Amino acid sequence: MSGPTKTTAAVRHYSSPGSRVFDVLNLLLLGGLALITVLPLLYVLAGSFATEGEISARPFFLWPENVVTSTYAYIFANDTLLRALVTTVVVTAVGTVLQLTLTFTMAYPLAKRYLPGRTLVLNLVILTLVFGGGIVPTYLVVRDLGLLDSYWALILPLAINPFYLIIVKSFFQELPQALEEAARIDGCTELGVFFRIVLPLSKPIIATFSLFYAVAIWNDYMSPLLYINDNQKWTLQVLVRQLTSPDAANAIGALDSVVFFPAQGLKFAVVVIATLPILCFYPFLQKHFAKGVLIGSVKE
Amino acid sequence: MATDLAPPEAKAAPGHTPGRVPIRTALLRYRWLYLMLVPGLVYFALFKYLPMYGLTIAFQDFVPFLGYSGSPWVGLKHFEALFTGPDFGRLLFNTLFLALLTAVFVFPAPIVVALLLNELRVGVYKRFVQSLIYIPHFLSWTIVFSLTYLLFSVDFGLVAGWIHGLTGGARVDYLAQPDWFRPLVILQLLWKTSGWGTIIYLAALASVDPNLYEAARMDGAGRWRQFWHVTLPAIRPTIVVMAILTSGNLLDQSFEQIWLLTNSLNRSVADVFDTFVYYVGVQQGGYSYATAVGLFKGVAGVILIFGCNWLAKRLGQRGLF
Repeated sequence: MSGPTKTTAAVRHYSSPGSRVFDVLNLLLLGGLALITVLPLLYVLAGSFATEGEISARPFFLWPENVVTSTYAYIFANDTLLRALVTTVVVTAVGTVLQLTLTFTMAYPLAKRYLPGRTLVLNLVILTLVFGGGIVPTYLVVRDLGLLDSYWALILPLAINPFYLIIVKSFFQELPQALEEAARIDGCTELGVFFRIVLPLSKPIIATFSLFYAVAIWNDYMSPLLYINDNQKWTLQVLVRQLTSPDAANAIGALDSVVFFPAQGLKFAVVVIATLPILCFYPFLQKHFAKGVLIGSVKE
Repeated sequence: MATDLAPPEAKAAPGHTPGRVPIRTALLRYRWLYLMLVPGLVYFALFKYLPMYGLTIAFQDFVPFLGYSGSPWVGLKHFEALFTGPDFGRLLFNTLFLALLTAVFVFPAPIVVALLLNELRVGVYKRFVQSLIYIPHFLSWTIVFSLTYLLFSVDFGLVAGWIHGLTGGARVDYLAQPDWFRPLVILQLLWKTSGWGTIIYLAALASVDPNLYEAARMDGAGRWRQFWHVTLPAIRPTIVVMAILTSGNLLDQSFEQIWLLTNSLNRSVADVFDTFVYYVGVQQGGYSYATAVGLFKGVAGVILIFGCNWLAKRLGQRGLF
């Protein structure tokens, strides 16, 4: 989307002094906005490498006087923290694969206009976009299924995002039907068509939705809040919440603690660890999510 | 097993079978397609439609031990309790007040930023600013809360310390004081959403025909007049659609954002429908009452969405469905 945006201010010529002043102010203002966005993150990053004394003594810094890695050493030696990290990575990976599988296999038949019953199913899906059972009835279903304190509770209730399902369905409808038909005539079953023809053509949209789903699970705080009580099964987001909140002292007590721990630096470091993977994938995220926003805004 | 059935299946390719097909023939002919539908249908039945059935406990005194069928029916008892009790007024006020603040402060922010970005002449700088202000969209509410906590905490908060240094007096506990709850919610929303929100407006701005600017300049329009008569009208439809979308979701604050900022000291201003439902229903076990509150909010939400959609069509917009 960077192509057409160049046609705006760049091709217009302004030379009045007022216009020049505006340009300078605009440049500064937007630079300021960008700074407000990233400075808190950079401060937290710097703080996670600083000593306890420096964090409390210096009002603001982006580079610690003494770069220390003891906070991270503590984290990676601590069972609870390490377990939360591994849990989150595994849940995100398994969840994303499951969500993609379910979403794409369901979207494919729904894209076949000639399939009897399709409209009914589609309407049932669309209904869930505007109305649902809500927090308590969903909680009761998860509990009745015996999923409380199970990692599956973080994945299964969110297995298909109805909105994504409809976007993928629309994408399948746009695919050239001639290829599929040729494969069918050659004796391919629908399953074969799906795996050999449709999925290879869908690589870009698979990439987009893996990122959508992965970010959603990684960032999810509500599901573990609702369904996980056992602190051995905390995800990273819960841990971040527990450590950086006004009643953090209780949580730190739960970290089968040794005598010394970097209480302040720990808060900075867990925020960094929970943020870092997102920032590593950020270039891909930006590209694919921007596309997703614009796909989503196009009416079916 | 499929060999003798293959020919009719090949004939069933798109466009060949208009009209109705007997169910058994259809099931056989499209068995693979139906099979692919099954896991998804199971998901929707279990996690979307079973909870909808579960809404019936709003009309019961639900006891988990007795289950959905065994719990006694109590009619509208919980709704009466909700509408005559002290909670409803507070929840509605908190929800609507936050919605109003969001409409006034958060909704216009991405429009202003997009318009400013659009006026930038240096493409590289524009993309640089964009890449930075999009970041918060991808961070969880937990992270946003933690940053808020690290910056505004009474003991060691960076920004709290600066404000204290400037104004003197007693230290303010921003996270605990009810007066500061709403400003913090709005600040968080501004930080997290105003960058990413520009995308949709920038797309609209990018589709403006450059000849329009050319023509306006020929007519003697300066920068301001070009902005007023070309740029602004170009994104007006987008603004209207976004406004309708936003008002359709008037009752939906982000559960995670509000819940993370809520504590025992600011609960009077913090409670909105969703967080109240979680607190009363899941934490305190008041399943039926909480479900009644949730059902009220759900129904009101549907009415709002359809109302806004109707309004959109009346105003000549496309509407959503």
